[in-house]
This record gives sequence, structure tokens and C-alpha cells, in this order.
Amino acid sequence: MTITTGKKREKIDRLGELAAVRDDEQGVSLWREAFRRLRRNPAAIAGAVILALFLLVAIVGPFFAPHPADAQLWKGEVRLGDFPGPRAENWFGTDHIGRDEFSRMIVGARQTLLVGVISTLIGLAVGSFIGGVAGAAAGLGGRWGRSLDNVLMRFVDMLLAMPSLLLAISIAAILGAGLTTVMIAVGVVSVPVFARLLRGSMIAQANSDYVLAATSLGVKKPKIALTHVVPNSLAPVIVQATLTLATAIIEAAALSFLGLGNNDASIPEWGVMLADAQQYLDTAPRLAILPALAIIITALGFTLLGEAMREALDPKLRK
Amino acid sequence: MALLEVDDLSVTFARRGQRTVNAVDGVSFSVDAGEVVGLVGESGCGKSVTSLAIMGLLPKQPGLRVGGKAVFDGTDLLQLDDRSRRDIRGRDIAMIFQDPLSSLNPVIPIGLQVTEVLARHRGMKGEAAAKEAAALLDRVGIPDPKRRLKEYPHQLSGGMRQRALIAMAVACQPRLLIADEPTTALDVTIQAQILELLKELVRDSGTALVMITHDLGVVAGMCDTINVLYAGRVVETARRRPLFREPRHPYTVGLLGSVPRLDAGRGERLIPIPGSVRDVLPWPDGCAFAPRCARRIDECVGEPPELVLAHDGRSYRCVNPAPVPGSVPPAAKLGPDAPAAPADPATAPADRATAPAAPADSATAPADPATAPTQVPAPREEESA
Amino acid sequence: MFRFIVRRLLQLIPTLFGLSLLLFIWLRRLPGGPETAILGERGTPEMRAAIRRNMGLDEPILVQYGRFVRRLIRLDLGTSTSTKRSVVTEFVERFPGTVELTVMAMVIAIGIGIPLGYLAARRRGRFLDHASVGGSLIGICIPVFFLAYVLKAIFSENLHWFPSTGRQDPTIGATRVTNFFVLDGLMTREWDAAADALWHLVLPGIALASIPLAIIVRITRASVLEVLNEDFVRTAEAKGLTERTVRGRHVLRNSLLPVVTSIGLLTGGLLSGAVLTETVFAYGGIGAFIYEAISQRDYPVLMGFILIIAVVYVLVNLLVDLSYSLIDPRVRVR
Repeated sequence: MTITTGKKREKIDRLGELAAVRDDEQGVSLWREAFRRLRRNPAAIAGAVILALFLLVAIVGPFFAPHPADAQLWKGEVRLGDFPGPRAENWFGTDHIGRDEFSRMIVGARQTLLVGVISTLIGLAVGSFIGGVAGAAAGLGGRWGRSLDNVLMRFVDMLLAMPSLLLAISIAAILGAGLTTVMIAVGVVSVPVFARLLRGSMIAQANSDYVLAATSLGVKKPKIALTHVVPNSLAPVIVQATLTLATAIIEAAALSFLGLGNNDASIPEWGVMLADAQQYLDTAPRLAILPALAIIITALGFTLLGEAMREALDPKLRK
Repeated sequence: MALLEVDDLSVTFARRGQRTVNAVDGVSFSVDAGEVVGLVGESGCGKSVTSLAIMGLLPKQPGLRVGGKAVFDGTDLLQLDDRSRRDIRGRDIAMIFQDPLSSLNPVIPIGLQVTEVLARHRGMKGEAAAKEAAALLDRVGIPDPKRRLKEYPHQLSGGMRQRALIAMAVACQPRLLIADEPTTALDVTIQAQILELLKELVRDSGTALVMITHDLGVVAGMCDTINVLYAGRVVETARRRPLFREPRHPYTVGLLGSVPRLDAGRGERLIPIPGSVRDVLPWPDGCAFAPRCARRIDECVGEPPELVLAHDGRSYRCVNPAPVPGSVPPAAKLGPDAPAAPADPATAPADRATAPAAPADSATAPADPATAPTQVPAPREEESA
Repeated sequence: MFRFIVRRLLQLIPTLFGLSLLLFIWLRRLPGGPETAILGERGTPEMRAAIRRNMGLDEPILVQYGRFVRRLIRLDLGTSTSTKRSVVTEFVERFPGTVELTVMAMVIAIGIGIPLGYLAARRRGRFLDHASVGGSLIGICIPVFFLAYVLKAIFSENLHWFPSTGRQDPTIGATRVTNFFVLDGLMTREWDAAADALWHLVLPGIALASIPLAIIVRITRASVLEVLNEDFVRTAEAKGLTERTVRGRHVLRNSLLPVVTSIGLLTGGLLSGAVLTETVFAYGGIGAFIYEAISQRDYPVLMGFILIIAVVYVLVNLLVDLSYSLIDPRVRVR
């Protein structure tokens, strides 16, 4: 019998530790692992900070706006080609008809968020519905399943056959200019993206080995769909929604620029403000630069976060 | 003088915020001209990294450190600059990889992929190069080589692809060929053909071959000398016959015990090695295999086991090696010149009996190491008594 | 190859059918109906009724749709309500300008995007990499029309380096042959006319190129990074090939495959962006005319142009797919 020395015992204990560390690594789920990697990514942090600020301004900002956004309080001081610039009472000056630009920017944040979120939700809902039905139909197979999938996908191809802005323009032209129009038009543009994404990922999941394994173990189809296919297809859809929010805000601005946007001047929105300000680029460039910067930074926030999420959830990049 | 002398080769990957990984931790072995040398071990033991380090093909990344020596024909490959290395690669040392499909460029015809080596190292161009390429394809047993030259990798079968890769490797009659798991991705029948082809090429041209594999069957079929690797170190080196007859390192014993044999007795079980390569003790702290070892004693932990030189040029790194039948176990441990044991093939399986049986349930241990329950046997002090 | 083209063209039919249906519904849904589309806001009730009868709007809807499709096939897209000229004529006259502009933008995007993406990948994690990744992110997030205004304000109105509007200086008095102004100048050997037309393309070209450039940089970078890790690159290195051969023949060539695929989709973005860019630079292409049509409620033009653009877009994608099959033997078709 050998007497085990203290140092040796310590070493032997480390063997157990090694095993413990491994168990710990295994217990981490996909989402928690992804979140852990997000936190380590500086781009994700930057995006999250931008979005947090944006949300804060959009939600509580309007309560703290120093002036009403639609009142032409300084109308008397507006001269042709000369509007009051930044000063103590108007931090960002006034716009071309004497409204406080700072208040309009703050109130506009909420409108911009609303346009982005609602149009993305429209695209997400309609697109996911089409893609989900097509994916399920393709997964079920059979003649009916395949032809339903085919019809739906032809419809999606049709939407894709038009350049996105032109599709939005034609929808907006049918519905007439307005805030709702912009939301619907921008939403419809993103329908094919979500539809194809969800369908593709559902079919990929359905053909995966673990679904085959679950099927062979006798798990019922609806349960497989609920426990395996849907959760695994969700990740790319969420990532895409984040990225779509950025393009939605930019596209809404483009529609406003073309005169198809919000025609209710009392509700400020960054896209409309930017579009309106183009006429005053020479006299008051800040009127264009401020909303443009706001749009760029917000879109950047969504893009940064979306890209970082994509990276974090990508199994290929996981080490 | 050996053709290739690898001495204390080490490869470490250091990453910010993560533990430094010693992928190769002091590997030494040598290859004589015309010799076939096997590097054997489980995946993750550092076989491939060793070969890539010798070739200078490790992906350049911050935190990568390669130490030691790899002397080929008098020059240390690790000290060469990029240019001289490129001159040697493909001309004096060539390499074949595991997956023939992904190892071939999918958008370039096979012909150009062969002739580019000829152009680079033998200065051949145009018609002459095409002719030589066709001859090479013919030599590795690809039928209708002229037509194949114009085809793309996806048009070839798996075996043909590997033959094409071999043709590229032997295009300049290298003195050393490194084959990294060349048959793993192929069907069994094709595997045999490829091994036969490699044997033939080695015999005819006198090329030395380093065969990297986890498949002891491949090793038994063609290697002269075998190096068993574990956790980035060579744990046992021996000629083919002695290694299979009387493995000394418990890891080698375990590897052999994991292979199904026709001559095993009825009802005799395979004896898997418990745990996985991830249950490694850092070498400076003792024997890396200790956590999985059935013959572990207290001496295994604390300091790294010395290399023990035994008879017949064989060596192993173990303080409590498997006994050679007919000799007293401690003798082998103490003296490097233990008496040669009578070679008796029938006693080889008997090692299983001498090795304490692993827990019975480990026979059904899942193949996936990530999900396998870690089986670190509790330290048993009475074993050393 | 021929059969592949035919098959792809046949696949076009349902898409075009759907598009025509969409546009038909659109025309019927317009406030005031198609007669307003033709007459504009003016027009007496009698004129409206006459047109309704003339166009057969009192007939069953299926008959109407059939007639609509027949007109489409004969390329009869109606008359512009603002210029009173045939929509097809208007399109043919303006299309070359937009082609010139999109080609210019594509040349800028590809010419800068691929080398930049490649260098960013080779210098991964260094300044150039961070700068081009950051720059491309911003490029995607800038509204095109805002960038166009900024470029115009800085380089044309302040620095006077480039002209601010139009396709060519009318005082040059260039000869018209094809309506591709740069091409015309070269064909008639009016070098100054060609140079002037090219000069007019620079600023709108840059503005329009911003998004495709950003996307090409990102795709190229990601693709190069992926290819660098491929086994066949290691094989090429193992053969001892020179760094130049490895990079050119093995890395770059394979990295370009996804970039080629994306070019078809990017033309869609270019055609969209052309509407915004041409408007800002008062550039006489289809984009600026679409903007006019929106503000003038010139529905025949809007509808006709969008239909033709959709066809062009689909054809461009067909062409890209065909050229892709030439580059990648794995998808080669018989």
C-alpha cells in the first residue's frame, strides 16, 4: 500500500474536475450558447446599445419633448431661405414652417419604429404563413402537398420577379399615399424573403437525421414539427426579422421621398422629414442631415445586431 | 542517417481568453529512406497536426507556435522560409489527404490539377505536360487517362479521385510521401485497392511513406515501423510484429483490444478503452492516458513518464507497462534491457485477461464522445501493491 | 444548353401570367377606373362612358382580361397620359440611359468590391478588414437618395468637379445613333461627347453603386474566408505551387462563384435605386420618368414600365444563371 501524498491527491482530484468541466459544457443549450457568444461580440453590444437608446427615445421620448411636434410656434421667424438655427429654445433649430426640429425628431422616433415594426410584422406574418404552409405541404408530400407547395412558391417567385422598390411603388400606387400604404408596401416586399427562408429551413430540418431518428422511434408528426422542426427553423427567421427592420426603415424613407409616404404632416416621421428637407439642402442642411443620421444609425443598430445574431446562431461557426 | 528525423516537435494553439491547446506535445520519430512508417492513434491525438506541421501547412493564425525539429535530408524543415518550403513541397515531400472530393478543386479539370505540379517543379509545359499527366494517371490505375484529364472531380468516383490525388503527389517522384488517412472516406473494397496501389508505388520507386491512420488493419497490412500517438506524444514505437504480438503501453493494448478479431474465443468480449481523448491529463502532470488507463498506479500521476527503451529498438512511455508473457512485470518497468520474450501469437489476446476488465457497461459505451458518460475509474491504490 | 434556356423561358410564363393578373387588377382598382388612367382627371362623363364602351369595360371580366393579355402580347401598353405618346416608345427612348447608368454602377461595384473584399479577407482582423466591413455596413444603411444628394451637394455644387444634372451637355450637339450616349460618341468619333456623357455618369453611378458595392465586398470577403479553409487549397499548397498560383487559380476563382450568383439579384436593387438616383440627378432614364409618372398619376406609364422592368429583371437573372453554369462545371447543363 502506497501512501498517496497530498500533492498527488490534488492531481488526482483534477481528473474529476476535468470530467466535471465537460459535463458543464454539454449542458449549454443552443440559445444560451448563442447569447453567451453575442455578449462577447463588440458589434452585437454596439447594435444593442443603439437599439436600446432608440427604443427608449421612441417609447418615453414623446412625453419629454420640449414642444409640440406639429405646432408652428416660430412661424413668424421663418423667412424664405432662412429658418431659425439651433439655439437655447430650439436645440436643433426649427423646420421650414417654424416647428421645433428637436421635438419632431423625438416624436418621429416613435413613428419610425412603428413603421419599421409593423411592416416587418406584416412581412413576417404573411411570409411565414406562406412559407410554413408550403414547407409543411412539401414535407407531407403526396400529390396535393407538392402542388400546393408549387403554387405557393410560384406566387412568391412572382413577387420576387419585381425589383423590391418597384413592387412597393406599384402597391403604394394602388393604395394611394399614406402611412398605412407604406407599411403594407414595405411589408409585402419582405414577404418572399420570409416565405422562402421558412420553407427552406423547414424542408432542411425535415430531411435531417434527427427528425428521421425521431420518426423511426415512433414520435408523431405534429410532435416532431413542434419540438424539432419549428424551434430550429425559428432562429434564421428571427435573424432575418432583425435585418428586415433595418431595410424597412430605409425603404419607407425611399417611398416618402417618392411622395408615396405619410401625407399627414402633423405626425413627424424621419423618412418624411428627410424627404421634405431635400428642398432646403442649401439653406438648412441640418434638416436633412439630422433625420438621415438618425435613420442610418438606427438601421446600423438593427443590422449589427442581426448579423451578430446570425453569426452566434450559425452552427458552422460554433467551436 | 534517417531521411526524416522529427525531434521533440510541438504545436500549440494559444487563443485569447481560452486555454492553450498543446495539439502536439513533443513528438519524436524517424523515417528511413524507403521505409513505411505508421502514425496511429484516435482522432484528436495530434497525428494530422504533426504531418501538417512537418509540411508547413498549418493554417497561419495568431497564437500558433511550432517548436522542435523536423530534419529532412539534413535541413530542418521548420526553419525554412516560405519560398524554399514551397520548392520542397510537392517535389521532395508530397502529401495525400483524407477526403478526395474536397481535396480536389471542383471547378478546374483534373488535367490542369496534375500538370500544374509538373509545370511548377519539372518545368514541363503544354503537350509534354499533358502526355506526362496521362502517363501518371495511367500509372495509378485510372483507365482512359486522356479523357479523364478533361473531366472535373465531380465526374469521378471516390476511388478514382483518390487515385488522381495520388498521381499528383507522385508526379515528381518525391522521396517522402505523407498519407493522412487516405482510405477513411472510401468504401472498404476501394480502400484495399488504394492501399495496394500505395504499397506498389512505394516498392517500385523506393519512396518512404508516412501512413497516418486510426485503423490498425491498415497498419498491420503495410507499415514497417509503427508509432502510437496519444495526446500529442508518441507513447510506443515498435516494428510491426512485436507491436501486434506484445504491445507494452496500456493504450496500445487498449487499441488492439478494441479491434474485433476472428481468432478470438467465442463469447470473448471486445474491450473498449473507457472515456475519450478529451479526458487528458496534461503531460507535465503525469501520463496523459492515466485518466483512462486500466493499469494506473500512483506513479502515473505527478511527473511525465520517461521513455523506456526496450529490446529490438522498441520504446514506450509507461511506468507500468503490460507484461510481456514469460517475464516478470516489474522487470520491464525497471530495466530497458528486459529479456526478449518468446513470441507466441496465442498469448497476445491474453493481455486482455491480465488487464483488469473495464466496467462491464462500458462495452456498450456510445460512439459519440460528447455524449458518453465520462468514465474515470476511481483511483485504486491496491493496484500498485 | 438550348433545352435549359427553353425550360427556363417556359418557367417564366406562370410568373408573367401572375404579373399581368396583378397589373390587371391594379388597373381596375384605380380610383376612377381605367378611363381615368387614360383621360386623366379631366374628361366629361360622356367621354368616360365612350371609353368604357370602347374598351369593352361593360363586358364580362374574363373577356376583358383576355383582351388585356392580347394587348400585352402585342406590346401595346397604352399611351402616357402626360406626354400623349406610346408607353413603349417612351420606354425604348429612356431605357438606354438607365442601362448606361446601371452598367456604370455595376462596373464601380465589381471593380472596387471584389479586390476590396479579397484584401479584407487576406488581412483579416487588421485595419483594412475592419474598415471595409464597417464601410460596407454603413453603405447598406445609407438611404440611396440621401447619398445622391450629398454627393451632388459636395462634388458638383460646391467643388464643381462633376455636372449636377442630365446625361450630357446639350450644347455639345452630339449625334444620336443608339441613344446610348457614351456608345454614340464612340461610334461617331465625337470623343468629347462620349467623355462628357461618361462624366455625367460618375456621380449618379457612385450613388447607385453604394449598395451593390457594400454587398459585393461582404460576399467576396466571406467567400474568400471560406475558400481559404477548403481542403483543395491545402492540396494546392501541398503541391508547392507558388503563392500567386494558389491565390489566383484556386482561391479567387472559387471565391467568385457566390459573387456571380449575387449579381443577378443586385441588378434588381440597381433598377430600384435608379428611380431614386435618376430623380436626384434629373437623369433622363426610366427611373426619373417613373418618378414623374408617380407624381403625375400617369398610370399607363407606371404599369407598363414596371411590367417591362420585371421582364428585363427576370431575363438578366436567366443570363446570370447561364453564365454561372459556364464557370461552375458542377451545375453545367446539357
